Amino acid sequence: MATEPTLAPAVMEPVVISAAGLSYRHLNEQVRSAIRSGATEITLNDVMGHRYIGTGIHAPGVTIHVNGVPGEDLGAFLDGPHIIVHNNAQDGVGNTMNEGRIEIHGQAGDVVGYGMRGGRILIRGDVGYRVGIHMKGYRDKQPLIVTGGCAGNFYGEYMAGGCQVLLGIGQSDKKPVVGQYCASGMHGGVMYIRGELDGWKLGKEVQQIPLDRHDREFLKPVLEDFCETFAVKEKLLEFDRFVRIAPVSARPYGRLYVY
Amino acid sequence: MEYYEEPNARVALGLRRPEPGDWYHGYPEYHVERDDDKCIRCLVCVRQCPYDCTFYDPYRHGVYNVHENCVNCRRCEFMCPTSAIRMTKWGAGFRDNDNWKQKTIRTVYKQADSGAVSLTGLGNDREYVSYFDRMVIDASQVTNPSIDPLREPMELRAYIGKKPERHTNPPEVYPNLKAELPVIFAPMSFGAISFNFQRGLAMAAKEAGTYFNTGEGGLHPDLRQYGDHAIVQIASGRFGVSLDYLSNAAACEIKIGQGAKPGIGGHLPGEKVTWDVSRTRMIPEGSDALSPAPQHDIYSIEDLRLLIYGLKEATEYTRPVSVKIAAVHNVAAIASGIVRAGADIVVVDGFRGGTGAAPAVIRDHVGIPVEVALAQVDQRLREEGIRHQASLIAAGGIRSSADVIKGLALGADAFYIGTAAMVAVGCTACQQCHRGRCSWGITTNRPDLAPRLQPEVAAERLTNLLHGWAHEIKEMLGMMGLNSIESLRGNRLKLRGVGMTQVELDTLGIQQAGL
Repeated sequence: MATEPTLAPAVMEPVVISAAGLSYRHLNEQVRSAIRSGATEITLNDVMGHRYIGTGIHAPGVTIHVNGVPGEDLGAFLDGPHIIVHNNAQDGVGNTMNEGRIEIHGQAGDVVGYGMRGGRILIRGDVGYRVGIHMKGYRDKQPLIVTGGCAGNFYGEYMAGGCQVLLGIGQSDKKPVVGQYCASGMHGGVMYIRGELDGWKLGKEVQQIPLDRHDREFLKPVLEDFCETFAVKEKLLEFDRFVRIAPVSARPYGRLYVY
Repeated sequence: MEYYEEPNARVALGLRRPEPGDWYHGYPEYHVERDDDKCIRCLVCVRQCPYDCTFYDPYRHGVYNVHENCVNCRRCEFMCPTSAIRMTKWGAGFRDNDNWKQKTIRTVYKQADSGAVSLTGLGNDREYVSYFDRMVIDASQVTNPSIDPLREPMELRAYIGKKPERHTNPPEVYPNLKAELPVIFAPMSFGAISFNFQRGLAMAAKEAGTYFNTGEGGLHPDLRQYGDHAIVQIASGRFGVSLDYLSNAAACEIKIGQGAKPGIGGHLPGEKVTWDVSRTRMIPEGSDALSPAPQHDIYSIEDLRLLIYGLKEATEYTRPVSVKIAAVHNVAAIASGIVRAGADIVVVDGFRGGTGAAPAVIRDHVGIPVEVALAQVDQRLREEGIRHQASLIAAGGIRSSADVIKGLALGADAFYIGTAAMVAVGCTACQQCHRGRCSWGITTNRPDLAPRLQPEVAAERLTNLLHGWAHEIKEMLGMMGLNSIESLRGNRLKLRGVGMTQVELDTLGIQQAGL
């Protein structure tokens, strides 16, 4: 008599995988197979620069804890899962991410959220260059990156949609929170930066605007989420310290060409 | 008299000249001749012209032209039921001068009028040497028999992707594309081309057992059913790229460069981002779609490897990953790096390749011919012993089955055809793709123009083209005494050069005709 296929139990014990000695390919295969067998809580220990953790995984409702420092392209093409990194992350976090949530309890490298079109990335510390480059928003899918620390050059380059929030926590008032060429080529979306911002650092396609009521209403839950996630107590809700940066035109290069 | 306020009515009043600063339109390039005896005033030409060139004057009950707006797309000529229309060049043009040709002078006028970058469409139209046209193909005579392809089996199928280094048991198998003939439709994005044309490409690809390429414009929901025949592109703007997009396709292609505009990116103007384009690319309607030249996460071969393996991880190693570059100087070393970075397919796009829009200076002056690039890449990969690790697709300037045969002999595994596919569905090569009002409904999504091309008609014509080429390829293989394209690939003894220098022959790796 054929045995009934056993269904995965509704609630599974958290799965713990040690990445020690595993290549990224094998590690990701184990993560995928754990998800296929119904795991919703996965903890990866001993992660040492393993690339592509969570890359290309379509699994809403799954939480992946990463202990150690993950490698590049963490959560690339991510579609649903919640990834928590209890350490720093490297370049390419959330590359072309579609849906889900990534929390980095440390710093992150360059090109965070390249071409990101949905979901949320929260970073406790600083980030490198070109963060939020080519972010896109479409209708109800609006990606969000919140950076607790400071950002490098080309922050929000070519940004076409979605939202970035830069908090600059721990930065003294005199030092800049963002590098040069901030928002260059930006033609959509919005960014909120807390702290002083020199106009010459901004791309010529954008302008600084004081916050209005809608901005405050939008920012409030975002900041609360950030504070709750990272147990930050700083009084982030001083709205007068934020500026909003938005593009002047959705067609920055409309007059560049002749037919 | 209010009617005459319309700009097109200037001619009717004898006020021919447009704006004072518009010198470009001051000298017409073409003359639309109409035979008034034949004209039945059906006004088809008036309705068909999207370039504001043809209009009807009810006071005189006549059809007139603003000749300086004519681009010689020949739509009105084609549609006129009584053949009353004929295009001719306008007068003597400028004084004869091989250095300052009409095109050169007019471009200077245009830029002095506007102060902007002169944009153009289609491919390089300059008189560079075509090496395809200087190579001739061998045939069997007496000492080795030719094969009659009508009665003997001929193998045109191309497996495109990484191959094992040596035979093992069980064999190593890598994901490969399986094309029933080595001709694939080139990357053309929805937005640059009409939905109907892309659908036609998809239908023809399915019918002929080959592939179409989405370009960097996402995969329209209605084309998901053709996912098995789709190569999806990932470029710097990441338009429409999602996990669903990647895993629905037959292969993923990283676009680094394009033959028509190496080193510069794409820019779909906001006017072309209609509702349907907007939802496919997942960006708001009317906003510019910018794909800058560099992918900002790729600054080295190591970074390229990161994205290649990122795509492989995302598709769980079930799809080949292709990398497309423009043919430029030193292309062989670049291709070698790409193969070593893990690409399963390398696409080399020559400077004759088409574009939906590119600055004219770049289209006309940057890049190298695909023939030499192909020969050099194939040679280099063989020398380094890594030719089996990737297949080679040649693109940019493939016009006929003869080009396919010559390219195979130079070492390509397969070919992209873009312009040839457009011509198959009605393109007259008028080079107005960038204006978004293609009168043939090919490179436009304007609701009044796009329906001029029906997907079924496009699919049938494209299938016919591939069918015709397949027959010709079989005939040519047969005449060389070969029965599969595998036997021709990289077989340069089947080619000879005419009218080339020794350096050119050596670069192509072929001998002088007669030897």
